[in-house]
Amino acid sequence: MCLAVPGRVLDIEERDGTRMANVDFGGVVKEVCLEYLPDLQVGEYAIVHVGFALQRLDEESAKQTLELFATLGMLQEEFGDPWEMAAEAGGTLPPEGEGARL
Amino acid sequence: MKYIDEFQDPDLARRLLDDIHSTVTRPWALMEVCGGQTHTIIRHGIDQLLPDQVELIHGPGCPVCVTPLEVIDKALEIASRPGVIFCSFGDMLRVPGTGRDLFQVRGAGGDVRVVYSPLDALRIAQQNPDREVVFFGIGFETTAPPNAMTVYQARRLGIRNFSLLVSHVRVPPAIEAIMQSPSCRVQGFLAAGHVCSVMGVEEYPELAERHRVPIVVTGFEPLDILEGVRRTVAQLERGEHTVDNAYPRAVRPEGNAAARAMLEDVFEVTDRAWRGIGVIPDSGWRLSAKYRDHDAEHRFSVEGIQTREPAECRSGEVLQGLLKPHECEAFGTLCTPRTPLGATMVSSEGACAAYYLYRRLDLTPAAREATPVV
Ligand code: SF4
Repeated sequence: MCLAVPGRVLDIEERDGTRMANVDFGGVVKEVCLEYLPDLQVGEYAIVHVGFALQRLDEESAKQTLELFATLGMLQEEFGDPWEMAAEAGGTLPPEGEGARL
Repeated sequence: MKYIDEFQDPDLARRLLDDIHSTVTRPWALMEVCGGQTHTIIRHGIDQLLPDQVELIHGPGCPVCVTPLEVIDKALEIASRPGVIFCSFGDMLRVPGTGRDLFQVRGAGGDVRVVYSPLDALRIAQQNPDREVVFFGIGFETTAPPNAMTVYQARRLGIRNFSLLVSHVRVPPAIEAIMQSPSCRVQGFLAAGHVCSVMGVEEYPELAERHRVPIVVTGFEPLDILEGVRRTVAQLERGEHTVDNAYPRAVRPEGNAAARAMLEDVFEVTDRAWRGIGVIPDSGWRLSAKYRDHDAEHRFSVEGIQTREPAECRSGEVLQGLLKPHECEAFGTLCTPRTPLGATMVSSEGACAAYYLYRRLDLTPAAREATPVV
């Protein structure tokens, strides 16, 4: 949860009066809120934390960081199934109907 | 230098290390504030690559670890109520409360859901107007703005069945508390980069001046840490104590103005208890009066909870840099990531977990037996 991951803005749209974007994190695409970086544009990179873009990042640093995170398995830690990870850490099975159930 | 080949840019890593080795003339103790930095340091063996005179002390910067037991118990209590959908980040699932955790509450039929973003929890509230949706709002200055925005949106959109169980903490008062402790050995701080991405560096010059301690804003990748250490040691050797930004690619001096404005609107500063440490004045945020309707503690009466910390756990000392994880008697024996006694063992950013996963040294004989050789 502490991790902030760089991602690239794929597209931007207004939803419920809020500026939202689809952001690509080295292959995983998530919905991200741009209200804190309102002038971020498609194609730019930003540091994203729990679904919010918090600071712009240049492309080269962003790519390097993403590459490092991928090598270290940190993207999996951030975007993998949290119930499975918790179950594994505890040596038990995930509870019934696991998954984020969004 | 057995790990150096694993660095992203081994040549640069070697140059930074050489510089540190040739600069240092005396022993220095530096604290990295952020749990993500602790993790990087132990994972890459950075502390072992540094000169013996440079000691890294692990700080309290793991939000999962410092969330007080009482708040965890409140979360467990609310999550167990019928009609409630309790949403949390995945890291909180295995944090032990008194006797159980959120993972077990879900197993016992509680509707606990993991979300990636607090806005996902708000959407769940929109989709389930007949249920109460509670989001577990913990974290430092990096996580607080997203949670603040979510409460702001709930109010703006008139989503009344959404509330936040808030336990946000702030870094500068924690630095102050650490410096005031009579047993404090810290001589320089590697400040948490992403906290500064939001807050900027304004809060630090006064701290640096008053305690005569250099504060270097540092990222959390291996090379960032080496650069942060290099700059801190250089200052110490020159007898300086200023605020320096070694993470400019992500930190502007003023931080993120929009996020800071939202924090000020939605939250107000309050005293907060830190797990294992106790109350630190002005070290947290709670919802401001305007948003109190969305405060889960007001909505669900969860007063009078009796908490019970395991007596063996010394995570408070670990979090303040007074004890290294493997110096705890329970480390690796009674306490492992599978059977965590304290939150510093359960969170992936916790110092105890980092030592358990990556560290093989200096274990007590019993712990050496129990610790797998990685
Ligand atoms: S090893 Fe376990 S019991 Fe000891 S301080 Fe860390 S979390 Fe607490």
